[in-house]
Amino acid sequence: MSITYKAGKTPHPFEYRMIFRNIDREGYDPGIQTYLSDGGYESLKKAITMAPAEIQAEVKTAGVRGRGGAGFPAGVKWGFIPPGNTKPVYLICNADESEPGTFKDRYIMHQDPHQLIEGMVITAFAIGCHTAYIYIREEFPYAAQILEAAIEEARANRFVGKNILGSSFDLEIHVHRGAGAYICGEETGLIESLEGKRPYPRIKPPYFPAAMGLYLCPTIVNNVETLCHVTHILKMGGTEYAKLGTPNNTGTRILCVSGDVQKPGYFEVQVGKVTMGQLINEMCGGLRNGRTLKAVIPGGSSAKVLRADEKFKLKDREIGIWDIPMDFDSLAACGSMAGSGGVIVIDDSRSIAWVLNNINAFYAHESCGQCTPCREGSLWMKKISDRIVAGQASPDDVDTLESVAYRIDGRTICAFGEAASWPTESFIAKFRDELKAATSEKLKDAIVNPVTALAAASTGH
Amino acid sequence: MPHQVPVEVEKEIDQRLTRYPDKRSALLPALHAIQGHFRYVPEDLVQWVAAKLELEPIQVMEVLTFYPGFRQTEPGRFHIRVCRTLSCAMAGSHVLMDKLSETAGIDRSHADHHHPICVSKDGRFSIEFAECLASCGTGPVCMVNDDLHEQVRPEDARKLLDRYS
Repeated sequence: MSITYKAGKTPHPFEYRMIFRNIDREGYDPGIQTYLSDGGYESLKKAITMAPAEIQAEVKTAGVRGRGGAGFPAGVKWGFIPPGNTKPVYLICNADESEPGTFKDRYIMHQDPHQLIEGMVITAFAIGCHTAYIYIREEFPYAAQILEAAIEEARANRFVGKNILGSSFDLEIHVHRGAGAYICGEETGLIESLEGKRPYPRIKPPYFPAAMGLYLCPTIVNNVETLCHVTHILKMGGTEYAKLGTPNNTGTRILCVSGDVQKPGYFEVQVGKVTMGQLINEMCGGLRNGRTLKAVIPGGSSAKVLRADEKFKLKDREIGIWDIPMDFDSLAACGSMAGSGGVIVIDDSRSIAWVLNNINAFYAHESCGQCTPCREGSLWMKKISDRIVAGQASPDDVDTLESVAYRIDGRTICAFGEAASWPTESFIAKFRDELKAATSEKLKDAIVNPVTALAAASTGH
Repeated sequence: MPHQVPVEVEKEIDQRLTRYPDKRSALLPALHAIQGHFRYVPEDLVQWVAAKLELEPIQVMEVLTFYPGFRQTEPGRFHIRVCRTLSCAMAGSHVLMDKLSETAGIDRSHADHHHPICVSKDGRFSIEFAECLASCGTGPVCMVNDDLHEQVRPEDARKLLDRYS
């Protein structure tokens, strides 16, 4: 079956379309007949004849790292289910895509749902799960309907339900809609939400989901894209899969670029085979006219910002921002992270104070409120950056803002504390002068009431 | 006037209950079913949901008040959500919010963190900011009820809203 893509949606030559092979494809629809006619569910047919331990081994060999943001190897995570476990095992697909800058799972669910379902059935079989849930964010109502219809199509074809493909393996998959909270993307927050509660994350240890997850039973939570990779790993084998990408950063991943570029969009690349410069300047057509790069947030808004003129020490060489390979290890070595793959490009037209304020407003809004440092600190950070943006901040406010961030980082039940504080920490570390320049020397000793101080300056309401 | 849960909504909730080993898990689906019909969750139905799921009313209220996706007051017939997170804000979503509000005849002067939704006088539209809607490459985006609208220019506000009547 030949592939053509819709007008204006042809993948860039640097791409390697595997997960996104069918996105924007001419004549492709989310129905099962189309999926089957293109070789769909062959991986499941192969998997069901294998031993679950064999499948786990393939995924371990493949080395696929979580594509939701943490980048933890999926095969290793599956192995954390306690041996000799007798409780039900649950599989949860994390379809809560909410990390600012990220837009990939949306397209998989709307346009190629069976790729996800096949990956889920294979995964469930591999881990001994008979009940799986797709936790999908509330703001994807059509995708929820598409997925439910796809599950019924799969059921009619014996890919889901009782005695899958005539085997003794049963699996039910249920779609469960969220209700607009970013913290439900945190795996234990998601689990609390699935249990019908407020999504207050659990402390790990001991609440690693593989040990004690949904209903305190062993639970594997994987991102939409990660589960799709499982389908392809089964198809080509773990060893072949591991040849894609780069060592320890195997396979492909979808990068999402937004912000100040000519052609924002999604691009599936082999992990580490494309650099920041290739991504932004060639695949996205470069910056806007007459603009220069100021900063890049490389992995969703939680990722530490990279300054355009920074130098990075990568193994034994020193590189600039354009030369950073877009993989987990390189971006970590550069002091940030590959995260969710959401790349936000910031040019010289942008006020750093404004950018940071927008990010701080997001985290202040999304804090679940469970931990004092995050609940109080995230709002303080927002209010201080409100003042800075409004030109009503004292020069000491930048130091105060920084100290608040460091009092959240590492002192919370879940990684939202880091997510909320890293932007402030990194923007101040890299743009301290610009932020200080936005403050007002006249206000140096002014006593500022944080509640009334220019609430009007806040553009968030 | 007390609200009655329609038969088909209760049937939906009963169906959802079968998908979980624990009734409390059906709370979000139950609230979605009710909000799907009434466009919000009326206060007098909190007790009904609690009884249906064998929960205490406070357990329903905890969830209803936490999640931005659940509304406790009636919105317009068409509810607009404008993304305000970084990429969409960079693409002009605050200007879009102002233009959409103006075009829909909505006064947002008393919107605040606890009352983010403002409704037009004729009840046709309501509007609020939303956080990242996961379509950053096509910003600024907004949703009108279940529909996503991408790359919405302020000058197209009238055309967009005219699609909903």
